[in-house]
Amino acid sequence: MSKWVLKGLQTGIKTTSYPDREEAASGVSPGLPGGRKEAGNEARLVIARCPTRALTQAGQQIEVDYRLCIHCFRCLRGVPSAVDWNSGYEWAASMVTCNHTIHRLGNAFGRSLHIRFVDGGACGACISEIEQMNKPYYNMHRLGFFITPTPREADVLLVAGPVTDHMRLPIQKAFAAMPTPKRVLAIGACALSGGIFGPSFTSEAGVPKLIPVDVGVPGCPPPPLAILHGLLLAVSRKPSASLKFPGSIDGGENS
Amino acid sequence: MERPLSDTDKLKSLSEEIALRWLDQVRVNLDLQNGLCRMECEASVLADVCSWLFSKLGYSFASLVVEEEPAEWSLWYIFYGDLEDGQIHILHRMSKTQATVPSISHFVHAADWHEREAEDLFGLVFEEHPRLGDFVLHEEWPEGVNPMRADFDALKPYVHREIHPDWRPARIVRAPGVFMMPIGPIYSDFAESAHFLLETVGEDVIRTIPRFFYKYRGVEKIAEGRTVEEVLLLAERFSGTSAFSHSTAFCQVVEEISGVEVPSRAMALRRLFAELERLRHHVGAVAGICGSTALAVAASQAGILEEEILRLSCTLTGHRYLFGLNLPGGLSMDFRDETIKNLSATIDDLVKKLDELKEMLRFSSSFLDRLEEVGTISRESAVSYGMVGPIARASGIARDLRKVLPYAGYEAVDFTVPTEQEGDGYARLRVLFGEVAQSARIIRQAASSLPPGPVISQLPTLTSGSALGWVEAPRGAAFQWVRLGEDGRVVRYRLTPPSFTNWHGFHLAAEDFAFQDFPIIMATFGLSNAESDR
Repeated sequence: MSKWVLKGLQTGIKTTSYPDREEAASGVSPGLPGGRKEAGNEARLVIARCPTRALTQAGQQIEVDYRLCIHCFRCLRGVPSAVDWNSGYEWAASMVTCNHTIHRLGNAFGRSLHIRFVDGGACGACISEIEQMNKPYYNMHRLGFFITPTPREADVLLVAGPVTDHMRLPIQKAFAAMPTPKRVLAIGACALSGGIFGPSFTSEAGVPKLIPVDVGVPGCPPPPLAILHGLLLAVSRKPSASLKFPGSIDGGENS
Repeated sequence: MERPLSDTDKLKSLSEEIALRWLDQVRVNLDLQNGLCRMECEASVLADVCSWLFSKLGYSFASLVVEEEPAEWSLWYIFYGDLEDGQIHILHRMSKTQATVPSISHFVHAADWHEREAEDLFGLVFEEHPRLGDFVLHEEWPEGVNPMRADFDALKPYVHREIHPDWRPARIVRAPGVFMMPIGPIYSDFAESAHFLLETVGEDVIRTIPRFFYKYRGVEKIAEGRTVEEVLLLAERFSGTSAFSHSTAFCQVVEEISGVEVPSRAMALRRLFAELERLRHHVGAVAGICGSTALAVAASQAGILEEEILRLSCTLTGHRYLFGLNLPGGLSMDFRDETIKNLSATIDDLVKKLDELKEMLRFSSSFLDRLEEVGTISRESAVSYGMVGPIARASGIARDLRKVLPYAGYEAVDFTVPTEQEGDGYARLRVLFGEVAQSARIIRQAASSLPPGPVISQLPTLTSGSALGWVEAPRGAAFQWVRLGEDGRVVRYRLTPPSFTNWHGFHLAAEDFAFQDFPIIMATFGLSNAESDR
């Protein structure tokens, strides 16, 4: 076994320094449309290309509903005047369903948060990104975040996917089995709005329709750093994102 | 999707033999240019013809496509063989008043799940099929609700009902001391939603009964009536970890129907990114296998490489899972020749690290002990269940769509198909490592000789038509059938992903094993429920 120990030591530390410092490596986030742009005839063309109606015209600007954006890049590529592209990753926002001051998990959870992941019909990309958080580059253990096999031990429920008809009951049961105080994170466009799958005969069109959601993380899929931001937001170690979307609390306020 | 002309002789003699055997009952129509044999078959001989193709001639079963027309049902049974065998599409038509079809799954076991699915979603009855009933739609759905039928409104939210308190899952093993251990649908750390009933006497598990479709999103149904641009999003996002492969298959169908020629530069880039996706998937699968045996350092090493490929994908294309790159007609963006050339060095470095990992694993006896002779699938079973991809190749079946039905210019690429014979967990791991090396080879070839020119062709106005598209996705052969209406919108979308095909045979690997091997069998299968459930 010593060869494995040696191999581990030789590899050195790969882990990101986020949240202490910004992650500067390339390829950690697909980015989101910024949308702040002079709206004219060309803007109308860009808006018409959005397949999920995430882009809307508001006065002289293009606004983005981040719950709906699925990074199809149709407002960026192949158009004469593309939207601004926001390449960050701190996208998580508190949702209005939670009352802020009471609902924040306090310092007691700051260094020991137990997480149960539930798949509500996710395509696999969200699940893969959540898995990455447990791998060396993101290593969420260093922040005191742990995955637990049972909802009975979980403080936070991470839900991805549009909530399929068959997963409705299991998600409700998992939420009910969690001890209070408990928080729910909706991960990805599907979990926030149903994405391209819902509403339909098999899809509930998002977690907020079923159980109260405290933190929403937009993206398709949200990169691991965005999900980490969501967890840090849930334990008041990071402020809410500056981007807003229907159902989210105005961004910017501090913990 | 043109095919070499050498195939034609074999298809011609095949059609002659069919005409001899089933005179008047089978009408054959040869499309030699596409290496395709279409035939219309009557109910009385349907099972005979399918059985003959599958058992005697060694054709593989690809898919069953059910199409509903105003007055009749059309059922397409699709088979494919080796390079010279081509494809066979068998059409069986019947009037709407009659909803019974002879079952072929007694002879072609690979069609078993296809028939169960069609029974559940279309309400067709497959005569003499031993196990029809709750499959895609679980027990709380009332009988007689058939969501794939034209008169079912896909957008109307379905009213959820409670399960009857007396309902119990079916048991197979009946012996003293046997009990059922349920796993799922919420289990393990990051597992997808699926349910497994382990029939056990304690430590030893006798049989596993899987229950899937917890993630059924009705992709085939909600695609109906949508434009090609909208369905492309579904093709890409129904299985996010193999998005590029499935979107390629969809784009190829649209290109086939519209007759558009894809620029050679786009074809080379499609091969390059399809192999990059395979590389990422296989590295992730290796990480999963190492993790399932609790070999933490090896899992971390593979995890590091997986994240590096994700970052590389994002740096190149803007998206970590290659979303938004494929378009019917080509790609949504071009790359600088230099960027692509430099890719070879990055890939070489990656393969070197993977080789080191492979060598270290090869000499870790405690690791091998957990993989060898675990979850074994015999060659006979793999053929009978029509298994595909790395799992089939670990059981000695070398059929790879990139070789037998070449697409996107794969016929001109120099690569081999790694196969193993044992069919156990270790054989599957070796196939993954072997395929990684071949993918790197394909990437290097595409990168070193990238043709100049545009990356996209203008798509003409779409009109009605139908075609079959296919791709060798990371998990195996994937087929997509698309029919477009007069207005260019999708009328029927049929997805046969590799996970659907391979989950069918999963129970073979999960028989008579010790309970602690369950996660290892799961990991060496490396299948996706998102891809299977659709």
